Amino acid sequence: MADGGKVASMRDAVADLVRDGDTVAIEGFTHLICFAAGHEIIRQRKRDLTLCRMTPDVIYDQMVGAGVARKLVFSWLGNPGVGSLHAIRRRVERAEPGPLEIEEYSHFGMVCRYVAGAGRLPFFPLRSYEGSDLPRANPRIVRLPSPFGGGTVYAVPPLNPDVAIVHCQRADANGNAQIWGLLGCQKEAAFAAERVIVVCEELVASEVVRRDPNRTAIPGIVVDAVVVEPRACHPSYAQGYYDRDNRFYLDWDAVARDADSLDSWLDEWVYGLSSHAEYVEKLGEDRWASLAPGEAWSDSVNYGRYA
Amino acid sequence: MDDGAYTATEMMIVASARLLEGERVCFVGVGPPNIACNLAKRTVSPDLELVYESGVFGAVPARLPLSIGDPTLVTGSLQATSMFELFAYYLQAGLIDVGFLGASQIDRFGNINTTVIGDYAHPKVRLPGSGGACEIAINARKVFVIMPQSKRSFVERIDFTTSPGHLSGERPIGWGAGPSAVVTGLGTYRFDDATGEMVLATTHPGVSMIEIRDNTAWDLRIADDLAETPPPSQEELRLIREELDPQGAHTR
Repeated sequence: MADGGKVASMRDAVADLVRDGDTVAIEGFTHLICFAAGHEIIRQRKRDLTLCRMTPDVIYDQMVGAGVARKLVFSWLGNPGVGSLHAIRRRVERAEPGPLEIEEYSHFGMVCRYVAGAGRLPFFPLRSYEGSDLPRANPRIVRLPSPFGGGTVYAVPPLNPDVAIVHCQRADANGNAQIWGLLGCQKEAAFAAERVIVVCEELVASEVVRRDPNRTAIPGIVVDAVVVEPRACHPSYAQGYYDRDNRFYLDWDAVARDADSLDSWLDEWVYGLSSHAEYVEKLGEDRWASLAPGEAWSDSVNYGRYA
Repeated sequence: MDDGAYTATEMMIVASARLLEGERVCFVGVGPPNIACNLAKRTVSPDLELVYESGVFGAVPARLPLSIGDPTLVTGSLQATSMFELFAYYLQAGLIDVGFLGASQIDRFGNINTTVIGDYAHPKVRLPGSGGACEIAINARKVFVIMPQSKRSFVERIDFTTSPGHLSGERPIGWGAGPSAVVTGLGTYRFDDATGEMVLATTHPGVSMIEIRDNTAWDLRIADDLAETPPPSQEELRLIREELDPQGAHTR
């Protein structure tokens, strides 16, 4: 495909590729969590989604609070470094305003599900879960004898999301996406998914990607749309671009404790804005300046020329 | 705070850090374990390699990480890898000497609940769940637990086993040794090699046996050589207050 072919606005990418009832994974372990995509899904009032993430984080608290989800698949449910996700807890503990189905694993179990999904395997084995109540709570975690001796393992099923949304520092117009810093399980989630949206801080020429192919996490061949959306991970972060906004994570605790205050937040910061560019502007340059990291460059390497 | 005075959390962190003497590769949790590991690196165990489940080996955090995936963990580290590789090639393969876990409930055999209070399907309190704890509990060579102690956390029977400890007294062949220490705001505990049962090893300064028993829901075993935990030194307190947690986010 020619340069420019897959580039789309967030609005169009979400409208075209995220459908009611889909299984959606917005991955990124603390790092590179694409909040802007979650906000657009809320804004377009998608419904009945099954949301998958190792750590649902504040983004899924916002999405669950906004009513887009009927089910959550996860391995650690909290506001990292802060405490609880109150909108999700209300639905799990008290079914307010309605119940939320959950399917729960450990971190390694969730990672292995994506690995199985990416490789189109029927299951993936791991040594976790013996002696834990998790297999009783989730019958999709199954004890198996190893066919080659060496005791028993536990099998987890593949996870093949309808849509994976992954954020990266830079990508070309075909969706060849380069990531540095924490890699999480974005590569596995993208290969496992039926459709993939890559969101990038910067759109770069393919030559930039080709000069450093070891840094490519996701190849354009599995990508359906490329959205250029700087600062799309706030209040999460992008290594080398902006820091985690810890104040936001702390403030979210009070916002989400009460359904009405959460609704007001959504009105002000999601429904009341038409795009992430407006969110960035509304947050203000002072806030962004406070999140700017210092510099720490790597050395470059010689790939060699073999013509 | 006056000179010499310290909080229960500071005592807990200092006692945990000292346990890391002689250890090489440590799987770090967020919050107090994170401060304890970074304190150990500056005191008893300068060569300690810090591993974070977010995918970092050999972290040298320049600030107190705000979460387990803080960008400061990556800059200057030895490897930033995928979570699959971290869990499979490091943890499951047995490269981790010590894993730190927190707990909402623990029983006398060190079995841990971080999933629910109450019934799983209709929980009274929905807790975060396993994260990496279930696999750390099984695969780390040994496990240290840091947690607050009360009758609601030191319980006769945990509501849900998220992470197995010594089960009912012994662990399957092929696993790591399991919980070898528990550190609370009241004291430190070890586990009997033969029975897998938790034993009170030291009480923190100023903590009475009555207080320990009032905050334990089972009939607790006491070590024959029960001692008092040495209080934090001025240098340990200085490192915590000036370098590791200057805001007092986790220690005041």
